Amino acid sequence: MKSNSVNNQQKASKFGRMDSGAFSVGALKVDSNILRLLLIAVAIFLVMGLLRPHTFLTLRNFRSMSYQFPELGVLSVAMMLTMLTGGIDLSVVGTANLAGILAAKLMTTALPPGTGGSQVALVIMGAILIALGTGILCGLFNGFLVARVGIPPILATLGTMQLYTGIAMVITKGYAVLGYPEQFLFIGNGVVGIFPVPLILFAAVAVVFAIVLNKTAFGFQVFMLGTNATAARFSGINNTLVLLKTYLISGFLAGLAGIIVIARTNSAKADYGTSYVLQAVLVSILGGVNPSGGFGTVSGLVLAILSLQFLSSGFNMLRFSNFFKEFTWGFVLILVMVINYLSVTYQNRRRLARQKRMVAATDNLVDDE
Amino acid sequence: MSKFFDKVLSKNELFLAFIILGLILIIGAINPNFFTLATLYDMLRSSVVMGIFGVGVLMVLVSGGIDISFTAIAAFAMYVTTRYLKGIGFEGSILSAFIISGGLGALLGFINAVLISSFRLPTLIVTLGTSNMFRGFLLAFVGTKIISVLPPGMVRFSRMELFPVKTMIGGTNGLSVSVFVLALVIPITWFILNRTMLGRGIYALGGDRVAAERAGLNIAFIQFFVYCYVGFLAGVAGVVHASLIRTASPFDLVGTELSVIAAVVLGGARITGGHGTVLGSILGVFLVVIMNNSLIMMGVPSYWQTAVVGIIIILGTGLTAWRSRRTHRVSLLDTQES
Repeated sequence: MKSNSVNNQQKASKFGRMDSGAFSVGALKVDSNILRLLLIAVAIFLVMGLLRPHTFLTLRNFRSMSYQFPELGVLSVAMMLTMLTGGIDLSVVGTANLAGILAAKLMTTALPPGTGGSQVALVIMGAILIALGTGILCGLFNGFLVARVGIPPILATLGTMQLYTGIAMVITKGYAVLGYPEQFLFIGNGVVGIFPVPLILFAAVAVVFAIVLNKTAFGFQVFMLGTNATAARFSGINNTLVLLKTYLISGFLAGLAGIIVIARTNSAKADYGTSYVLQAVLVSILGGVNPSGGFGTVSGLVLAILSLQFLSSGFNMLRFSNFFKEFTWGFVLILVMVINYLSVTYQNRRRLARQKRMVAATDNLVDDE
Repeated sequence: MSKFFDKVLSKNELFLAFIILGLILIIGAINPNFFTLATLYDMLRSSVVMGIFGVGVLMVLVSGGIDISFTAIAAFAMYVTTRYLKGIGFEGSILSAFIISGGLGALLGFINAVLISSFRLPTLIVTLGTSNMFRGFLLAFVGTKIISVLPPGMVRFSRMELFPVKTMIGGTNGLSVSVFVLALVIPITWFILNRTMLGRGIYALGGDRVAAERAGLNIAFIQFFVYCYVGFLAGVAGVVHASLIRTASPFDLVGTELSVIAAVVLGGARITGGHGTVLGSILGVFLVVIMNNSLIMMGVPSYWQTAVVGIIIILGTGLTAWRSRRTHRVSLLDTQES
C-alpha cells in the first residue's frame, strides 16, 4: 500500500501538473482514466449485446440489472470516500447489516402482520431513521478509532466489521428477520416512472457526492488529506475532524445500503453480502480511486460498477458459473492495474524523449548564435 | 509497581503472555474442566493451521506488504493436491502431499510476486485480485465437489497422536502430530528473519524501502522470496487443515484471512511494515484461538463469538496505537528538550 510511481502520476494529473493525463474534447476536459473506463464499459456492453442480443438488449434485462447494482454501488461510494483519505472502511457491510436488522426489528415488533393504517407510515419513518442513525453511530465510532485513537484504518474497521456483524448476530441469534409492510418494500422493489427506486437512490447518492467532492470545502479537504496529511495539517485543515466526518458519512451510506438491501430482499440477516466488502474495494480501484488516497472520481466509480454489472449479467446469460465471474473480476482488476502501469510508464518515456528533444533544440539554437 | 507495568506495556510479547495467562485463569475459574491435558491438546491442534498462516502473514507484514490471497492459495493447493493424489490412487505418506501442495502454493505466490515486484502494484490490491482469481479458477475449472475420503496418507497423519490421555466422555485424546508441523515452521521462519541477511533485508524493506534500495539490497529478490514463502506455507497449511477435518473442500479457508491478519497484528506486527516477531505472532494466534474455543466452555452462546473477536481486535490494536502514540510523544519531547 506504499505509494508508487503509478499513484504519483495519477496524483500529479489530478492537480494538472501532468498535461498528458488529461486532454480536451471540445469544451469538455476528459480524464484519460475516465475515457478508458468508458471504453471498457461500452466494449463489454457491445460484446454482450452481440453475443446475446435477444436476452441482453431487452428492457427486462435492464430493469433487472438496475435492481441489482445499487446496493453495491452505495457501499462502493462509502468505501471510496474513506479510500480518498488514504484509509479504507472494511466495516461497511457489517454496518449495513446491523442497520438493516435494527430497522427490521422495529418494523416486525411494532407492526405484526395485519396491522395497518396511519401507524404504518410512522413506523416506516422510524425504521429508516433508526437505520441511518445506526449507520452514523457506527461510522462515528470508526472515525473515533482512526482519527483519535490512531489505529490504522484497515485494522480499526477490520475490528468494527467483526464487532458490528457480531452485534447483529447476537441480536438475531443468527436467524433472519422477516416480514415488513408493503409500503416499505417499495424502497427496494418499487418503480417511479420507469426508474426503479434503488436506482434513483444510487443516482442521487452519486450526484450528491460528485458535488460534495468537487465543489465543497469538505471535498477539497478530503483530497488534500489523502494527498499529503502533513501538508494538509500545516495548511490549517483539521485532519481529525475531516476523518471523523468522512467515516461518519461512510457509515451513513452503509445505513442507507442496509435499508435498500432489506427492502429488496424482504429479509435482514447478520451475514448478508459479506463478499460485498472486497467487491466494493474492487469497484473503487477499478474506478480509478487511488488506494493510498488523494485521487478518485465518482464518475469513474459509476463506470466501473456499470462495467461489472454488464459483465456479470452477460455471463449469467452465457451460462457461466458465478465462480467464473469471481475469476474474471480478479483478472479484470489486475489487468486494469497493469495497463495503467504500462500506460503511465509509456507516457513518462514519451515526455522524457520530448524534453530531451527540446533540450537538444535549444542547444542547437545556442550553437547557431 | 508502575515500572513493572511500564515494562509489561512496552514489551509486547510479555503483555500478550499476561493477557493469555489471565484469560486462562478466568476460563479455568468458570469451568475447571479447562485445566486438563485434553483441552491443551485441543487448543494446540486448533492453533496449527492459523499458526502456520500467521507466521507467513508476519513475514509479509514485516516486508511492508499485505497478503490476503493466502487462504485462496491454501484452498487451491490443498484441493488440487488431494484430487491429484486421489486420482492416481496414491498410498504413500503425507509428505508427498506437503511437497506438492507447498510447491503449488509457492507457484501461486510467485504470481503475486511478479505482479507486485515487476509492475510495482500495491500489495493489498494485487492480492485482492489474485485471491478472486485463484478461488474463481479453482471453483470454475477444477471442481466444486467436496472430497470426503482422503488419500490414506493424509488419514494416517490425522490419526497419529502422542501421549494419549483419557477424556471425560471416555475416549482418548492425544497430542496431534500436526502440531509438529507448526513446531518446525516456527524456528525456520525465526531463523530466516533473525539470523540471515535475507531476514535483515525483509525488515529493512519494510522499514524504509528507499533506504533499503540505496543500501544495495535486492528488493525484487526479497519480495519474490517473501510471497513464494507465504504461498508455500499456505499450501502446507491447507493440507494440514484438510487432514485434520478429514475432508478436502474447495470452499474452506477463504474468509478467515482477515482474522489471521488481526491475530498477527495483535502479536505486535505493524501493518506499516518493519516490525514484528515470530513469538508475538504465535502468541497473537493463541489468544484468538483460545478466545474462539473457550466461549462455549464458559457457557457463552456461540453467536457471541464474532462480537468478542471484534472487541479483542479493537482493544488490542487500540492499545498498540495508543502506546506507540505515547512513546512517539515522549521521544518528541526529548528531542525538544535536548
